[in-house]
Amino acid sequence: MAFKSTSSYIATRDLEVAVNAAVALQRPLLVKGEPGTGKTVLAHEVSRALGMPLIEWHIKSTTKAQQGLYEYDAVSRLRDGQLGDERVHDIGNYIVRGKLWEAFEAEQQCVLLIDEIDKADIEFPNDLLLELDRMQFYVYETRKTVVAKQRPIVIITSNNEKELPDAFLRRCFFHYIRFPDRETMEQIVQSHFPDVKQELAREALNVFFQIRGVNELKKKPATSELLDWLKLLMIEDLPPEVLRSADSKVVLPPLHGALLKNEQDVHLFERLAFLSRRQPPR
Amino acid sequence: MFATFILALRAAGLPTSITEHLALLNAMKSGVCDYSVDDFYYLSRATLVKDERHLDRFDRVFAEVFKGLERPEGDDEELMQQLPEEWLRKLAEKTLTEEEKKLIEAAGGFDKLMEMLRQRLAEQKGRHQGGSKWIGTAGTSPFGAHGFNPEGVRIGQDKSRNRTAVKVWDKREFRDLDGDVELGTRTMKLALRRLRRFARQGAATELDINGTIKATANNAGSLDLKLVPERHNAVKVLLLLDIGGSMDDHVRACEELFSAIRTEFKHLEHYYFHNCIYEKLWKNNRRRKDTETTTWDLLRTYGPDYKVIIVGDGAMAPYEIVNPGGSVEHWNEESGKVWLQRLTRHFRRTAWLNPVPQDQWRYSVSTGMLSEIMEARMFPLTLEGLDGLTRELAR
Repeated sequence: MAFKSTSSYIATRDLEVAVNAAVALQRPLLVKGEPGTGKTVLAHEVSRALGMPLIEWHIKSTTKAQQGLYEYDAVSRLRDGQLGDERVHDIGNYIVRGKLWEAFEAEQQCVLLIDEIDKADIEFPNDLLLELDRMQFYVYETRKTVVAKQRPIVIITSNNEKELPDAFLRRCFFHYIRFPDRETMEQIVQSHFPDVKQELAREALNVFFQIRGVNELKKKPATSELLDWLKLLMIEDLPPEVLRSADSKVVLPPLHGALLKNEQDVHLFERLAFLSRRQPPR
Repeated sequence: MFATFILALRAAGLPTSITEHLALLNAMKSGVCDYSVDDFYYLSRATLVKDERHLDRFDRVFAEVFKGLERPEGDDEELMQQLPEEWLRKLAEKTLTEEEKKLIEAAGGFDKLMEMLRQRLAEQKGRHQGGSKWIGTAGTSPFGAHGFNPEGVRIGQDKSRNRTAVKVWDKREFRDLDGDVELGTRTMKLALRRLRRFARQGAATELDINGTIKATANNAGSLDLKLVPERHNAVKVLLLLDIGGSMDDHVRACEELFSAIRTEFKHLEHYYFHNCIYEKLWKNNRRRKDTETTTWDLLRTYGPDYKVIIVGDGAMAPYEIVNPGGSVEHWNEESGKVWLQRLTRHFRRTAWLNPVPQDQWRYSVSTGMLSEIMEARMFPLTLEGLDGLTRELAR
């Protein structure tokens, strides 16, 4: 079964090829791209399209690779030991399974999302090399090897905050989600808000791409911001004309808080709009 | 199977290995993609490229290796559909010479003519600029630079065409992500991170309290000491900046870059110079006379363990470097070259950061001379340049 664009997620052809190749060859797929272009959502959509359960592993700066495999709860054991609990004799009682173990032991093949791998320590990807390659690992405490019943489909996202080691990259397929062009963006808007007024959507996209065209912005609004903003516009039920007047009379588009996320950007945009207003119309 | 392709990629500096090559072959065998150039392009990109900075280079190599693989103008039927017959006849009259026309008549048949026309189109395309979007150039030919018929209708540019493979890589959409381009706002953050990594080194050890507690607990109470390498900021940096003239913007960018991570360095000092380093440097460009320091003092004040980064475009008249008295501002007893050599000899680690794009360096004689004096430790102000710089200085 192949992954294709769904009614709620527009995938470009190159993304489809990358996902299908990763699924067919059972290798992890590394997805990068601007924040808000749908990296994490991709995993959800893949799991839905292929009808597999999704296991999410969100990485934080303190996450260790070992936590994905299992953790040995030494403190519980110490306490049980002091209380004279019988469980203390079996070390297996104190092994807490991690997400990777869960994915390996699942009855059905599943999709494993390793979200924002670049947040973790620089050694994190290196510690998972063998596990992702062979899909097995060794539990030292119980002296057992855990082998995946079915190789899960692994999707890894990265925001490029740290560089990933070459050895890790070699084992992955790679896809960079490019910012969608206008045509794709229209499809995306359509798929999310099928009942949006055409005129409103068009004007909103005009304003959106205009804002994205400003190079000095600290954080350019991305797809997720556009969708939030559109939703707000629809809830407020604003007429499309309000958006059109944005570049002539009103300095900022209505509800701009959904698009511009810091005050420097808002100031910058105000200033630019002010300057463009002062120029005589051509 | 694609050995030429892989080798070409490696020659272009992409770290493609046998593992990836095999993965690509496997993927081809498993039939994940249709038999189209487009899909092959996407598949090979997903398999062989692992870093968005390399995407642009990949596109260029792909275009070069597989040039001519894609059919230049699609199928005959498609071409027929696109072009009304009368155009073609008119076209043929203008495109083909008298002899050719006679030949066609002799050979007979519109099919033959079509074939020839297609060849002509393909030929023109090839000669024009090696696979760009436009067919031919202006002139008597109706293949205008911007279209096919005189009204300027584009050939092969309708919706579905827009997605043809050759355009996908010819568009070179990933140009901005190439590590070789100069620093922009996006890359600035990454650059900071690189520099921070450079600043954090040193390998003293300190007690890891958390680790010790954990290890002790695992040991059921008997003490187990754990030590971790300490992160401390031992790097001392001396920044020498070329100021005045066209360099000012770049210099400011560099200054901001370095002062943004000031806390990461143990010491960060900066001095200014103009064009080339001579016997005097100054700390504040506005109060230059008051803040002047002799270069000898600089050499005495800062020990050899300072890492020196010189920022400048290095574009000047060669005599400003080699001749005594060559300075444009004052009479210098000793040439800039002597001073630079003194500097590189005193400090163990020196490097030159050049904000001018690297491909323009060869047009300036003085840049080459400076690079020679610096023993090729001249780096462009790009992410890769900063990588090289930090690697060089950290060694």
